Amino acid sequence: MTTSFFLHPSLLFIVGAVFLPLVKEPFRRLYLILVPIAAFMVVVYLGFNQGTYGQFNFMQWQLVFGRVDTLSNIFAFIMALMAILGTIYGLHVKEAWQHMAAWFYVAGSIGAIYAGDYLSLFLFWEMMAFASTFLVWFNKDDAGAPAAGMRYLLVHTFGGLLLLMGFVLRYQATGSIAFELLDYDNATLSTWLIMSGLMLNAAVVPLHSWLPDAYSKATITGAVFMCAFTTKTAIYTLARACAGFDILIILGVVMAVVGIIYALLENDIRRLLGWEIISQVGYMVAGVGIGTALAINGAAAHAFAHILYKGLLFMGAGAIIHTTGTAKFTSLGGLYRKMPLTMLAMIIGGVSVSAFPLFSGFVSKSIIIAASYEAHILWAGFVLTMVSAGTFLVAGLRLPSLLFFGETKLDSQCFEAAADPPWNMQLAMIGAGLLCFVIGVYPLVLYSMLPNQDIAFYHPYDLYHLSETLQILAFTAVAFWFFHKKLVGRDRIYLDLDWFYRRGGRLFLWLAVHPIQWFDTIWGKAYRVVGLTSLMTTARFWGWFDWHGIDGIVDGSARLVRGVGRGVAKWLQRGQIQQTLCLAISFVAIVLITYIWID
Amino acid sequence: MIQLIDYLKNRPTTARLIFVLTVAVIIVWSLTVDTSHGHSWFEHYIPAFWSLFGIVSAVVLIFVARWYSRAGIEQEEDYYDN
Repeated sequence: MTTSFFLHPSLLFIVGAVFLPLVKEPFRRLYLILVPIAAFMVVVYLGFNQGTYGQFNFMQWQLVFGRVDTLSNIFAFIMALMAILGTIYGLHVKEAWQHMAAWFYVAGSIGAIYAGDYLSLFLFWEMMAFASTFLVWFNKDDAGAPAAGMRYLLVHTFGGLLLLMGFVLRYQATGSIAFELLDYDNATLSTWLIMSGLMLNAAVVPLHSWLPDAYSKATITGAVFMCAFTTKTAIYTLARACAGFDILIILGVVMAVVGIIYALLENDIRRLLGWEIISQVGYMVAGVGIGTALAINGAAAHAFAHILYKGLLFMGAGAIIHTTGTAKFTSLGGLYRKMPLTMLAMIIGGVSVSAFPLFSGFVSKSIIIAASYEAHILWAGFVLTMVSAGTFLVAGLRLPSLLFFGETKLDSQCFEAAADPPWNMQLAMIGAGLLCFVIGVYPLVLYSMLPNQDIAFYHPYDLYHLSETLQILAFTAVAFWFFHKKLVGRDRIYLDLDWFYRRGGRLFLWLAVHPIQWFDTIWGKAYRVVGLTSLMTTARFWGWFDWHGIDGIVDGSARLVRGVGRGVAKWLQRGQIQQTLCLAISFVAIVLITYIWID
Repeated sequence: MIQLIDYLKNRPTTARLIFVLTVAVIIVWSLTVDTSHGHSWFEHYIPAFWSLFGIVSAVVLIFVARWYSRAGIEQEEDYYDN
């Protein structure tokens, strides 16, 4: 395969991001559109010329940067496509930094998808985590963003370390760093560590709290990127390494249920959408857990469809926040007259996620449910069908009714100022909306890209499936008609497992303030009473000795050491946790690598 | 589109009628569909099984969500600030 042309699409994004600040208007916008399109074309080219590219030997390991096969191709394709839509959506953003962070993030995602070994996977995995953190930090409009970004980074650092420990242990045992399907029947600690590390990025319950927390605090364009890449890249890696792991079926179904219950309650648009991501990714995790050819096809198809409609929903939510300045259902409503295009976009996104016939969710979600029936896991099929009723309740009914219909709760000045967003945001919404529709009407465009082509194409439009779906949708609407008052927005927040680290930090602080401080005080008193007198006497002697004996020799070198030491300490202890974290991770990585290498 | 929404908003009875008719048409049509492709006996023998399933699912989810939030999950917005 060395004869073929290979240019890594991530490299295009990285080089593109590095040169971005040098390109000024009027060329900036053109440049912003051309780089993702070029990367997309490279991905398409690689899709037609699948194989293994970019193999390097690094020490005694073989790194594979370009494993292009049917499974990685469909994921890379949709990521590159979403990068174009996301960049168009953010075209009006002036700060080059935001675009750079987004492109590094995309580069990390596509790099992880094409990686054929754990080392390069880890490299891109961490690139994704660090770059996306900036998409939260850049949000100047939310006072909670810096803290949320920090929590996001800490959680992902933890996940990265799980993955790192897992593959290092695996290398110890097997001598291979190839990123392949793990052995479930002979699972060891390393298998579980790798799976947990991947699961954290897929927001599998109980490792999920970072998602609604960070996505609701990110910049408007940042959230559009984030909703697409992290979780679906993780689904790809799970499908690669953990296909057929039974435990993922249970976890996936739990995710689907928990996500939809929180989404029925939330008062913040983007928190609601974040919970719905968890719910939808639950379907994919369950599909990966079932692990049959049909189920893996379903997970890939649903990830593909999900990226488009969820991107569309986040674009719509971003448009509302952009023009009204608020994200809370309790202060929105009645916007249909002011933002008709945004309404249309969010309704298309809503009916797509609810699996309406003719829209993308219908042709993808049902593959996973059909696969669970086919594998005789009926309970999973029924619970997932139940959740799809809940999804329609949330995204098809609750969301539009609270945003666009009913009485507006915006003050009259804000309401008059509300309008559809700038042209580039509209263009991106139209593009994503059209794609949702095209896939729903003509599913072969999606099905012909699925990883397992040796099984028969799934037929979503048979009469029985249509009647099943329409009945569920109709009667969910009936339930909404009777009980919609229970689903209004409330000025409340809904606690989640992040309570443990958000309140847990406070416990630590309390410990520091009370018992530890108390011990310190007591110790100090004892020290003064008992220790001080004897110390003073000895000190006087050493002072004399030092003054007369050592100073002359040592003074010079001491001053030197002090100078260097102070410099290093200043650098290490600047109190900037991101640098400290980075150092700590690098240190752990170096120790681990040295450990294997010496061994 | 805006006019259509305004039109229906001013005529809630018409909107309700359209909704009820749609639901009725879906049920009647569903009764004619061959259910032998179902995966379990209740799909085969209960007429309009999925209608029942849909409404029960939605109601159960709504009530579980409300119960869950009242169980102490729902808190004031400044919960994490003080």
